Amino acid sequence: MNLYKLTIHEAHNLLKSREISSQELTKSVLNRVESVEPRVGAYITVAGETAMAQAELADKTIAEGNITHLTGIPLAIKDLICTKNLRTTCASKILENFVPPYDAFVIKKLKKAGAVIVGKANMDEFAMGSSTEHSGIKLTNNPWDLSYIPGGSSGGSAAAVAANMCLGSLGSDTGGSIRQPASHCGVVGMKPTYGRVSRFGLVAFASSLDQIGPLTKDVADCAVLLKAISGYDAGDSTSVPMDVPDYTTFLEKGLKGFKIGIPKEYNALSGLDAEVSEAVKNAVKTIEGLGAECVEVSLPHTEYAVAAYYVIAPSEASSNLARYDGVKYGLRDKDKNDLIEMYRSTRSMGFGSEVKRRIIIGTYCLSAGYYDAYYRKASQVRTLIIEDFKRAFKSCDVLLSPVAPTPAFKTGEKTEDPLKMYLSDIFTLSANLAGIPGMSVPCGFSTQGLPIGLQIMGKHFNEEKMIKVAYNFEQATDFHNKKPKL
Amino acid sequence: MKITKKEVVHVANLARLDLDEESIGKFAEQIDNILEYVDILNCVETKSVAPTSHAIFLTNAFREDKVKEHLDRNKALANAPEKEDGNFVVPKVIG
Repeated sequence: MNLYKLTIHEAHNLLKSREISSQELTKSVLNRVESVEPRVGAYITVAGETAMAQAELADKTIAEGNITHLTGIPLAIKDLICTKNLRTTCASKILENFVPPYDAFVIKKLKKAGAVIVGKANMDEFAMGSSTEHSGIKLTNNPWDLSYIPGGSSGGSAAAVAANMCLGSLGSDTGGSIRQPASHCGVVGMKPTYGRVSRFGLVAFASSLDQIGPLTKDVADCAVLLKAISGYDAGDSTSVPMDVPDYTTFLEKGLKGFKIGIPKEYNALSGLDAEVSEAVKNAVKTIEGLGAECVEVSLPHTEYAVAAYYVIAPSEASSNLARYDGVKYGLRDKDKNDLIEMYRSTRSMGFGSEVKRRIIIGTYCLSAGYYDAYYRKASQVRTLIIEDFKRAFKSCDVLLSPVAPTPAFKTGEKTEDPLKMYLSDIFTLSANLAGIPGMSVPCGFSTQGLPIGLQIMGKHFNEEKMIKVAYNFEQATDFHNKKPKL
Repeated sequence: MKITKKEVVHVANLARLDLDEESIGKFAEQIDNILEYVDILNCVETKSVAPTSHAIFLTNAFREDKVKEHLDRNKALANAPEKEDGNFVVPKVIG
């Protein structure tokens, strides 16, 4: 048996019954990484040695009779989540040699639970992108077809799960960066409610939108990993002090009495691929067949979401990225003898073009004379988008929609036209503006064999309902059992 | 035109970025397209709408003003490109 193919819950059962050890499991995953990494390119850093040491420790813990659902489980971490003494680059030249002196809150939790960290996953630089092509370090290829993008920005995290290069991973989602790559790579991805998971130690892109979440091989694993990373942290002032339910108890059959909302505006959007539309319609039918009732809902401000987002996110980014100044950490142009010159030169050498573009847009939108017209206006439209969701959730438990308007596109196809790339985030970024949770579950394949995802969105702190719908859908279908041939 | 090449250079300067001639032209065109698109926000009536900066209702997160565990000086300086005597070194600021 190839142990790297296991899901988290399967591996846990085998570890618990001592049929396998974490060292065998971790070795199997590392060997798999070695053999497919040259083709997939999911990792920026592979931490083989420390992973094996963590696995050894996990085996000792298990032998002592202490096992959590994550003890000895090899995971990949998006390279913008700080890992103590393990390089964290944000896929940027400006942080290429940054070694965090501390762990992010989620990493502390994973380590405490006994998880094994295989390595750091590739991404769009500072999480700005939808294809992972904006990585300043390397390209990641879609394991289903290597000439296609894996999605982004958590493209490495999604590809690593799809290609069995880890058992599960963490990503971050600011406008769809977990859900869209999960959809493109045929895995399960969840962006939790804003404030559900601490952002302490997550390198900031847009602080009011960023959220860490899991990418996994199935819904049960999503429940396990989400539970492990959720919870209040005084180190993040936006973390919400609320109890975390045991999401695994919602992995039960039956959707009787569930109300599913279908946003009518989503059908009218141009650019929705016919195969994606068909796959999502079939998924809705399947879910109806499981006992749920479908209702049409309206999100009237949908068409303004992309515009509001692409003012708010770059504005916050321009402020957050001001910290990269060549003084405290990261790259520095040491040839410059003037402070301002040093800042300019360091930042110009260190940031890639997508990051520069967004810093310039954000700085422009926040600058004197333009603030009201752009940032304030977008923040007002954000209020209306939140109200849309509040109204819609009065008549349903969850919303269903596509994740992305098309399956994965070819590498290089959209990089020259940033606006075109931004428009492909239409279905996902509203959830970030509203702070609501959203997830992607596999719901079909294009004729070319590329995966298609179904998006499930819920009310604030209603992840368990989404997990229940996703689990029932998954159990009634076979999409999650298909694996890419590498 | 929503944004000119001159404005791109001005804003890049505010953000401490140097752009070469080619990127100035490219960015001006691309950012102009994006700002043109963003204009659809003006179709929304927002006169009496309060702006949202935070999607989840939370009151201020206060804590006691107490010293807690923190990074020691050496660790805080460990990633510094240049350091000396426990301090970050920057180019001379005052002539």
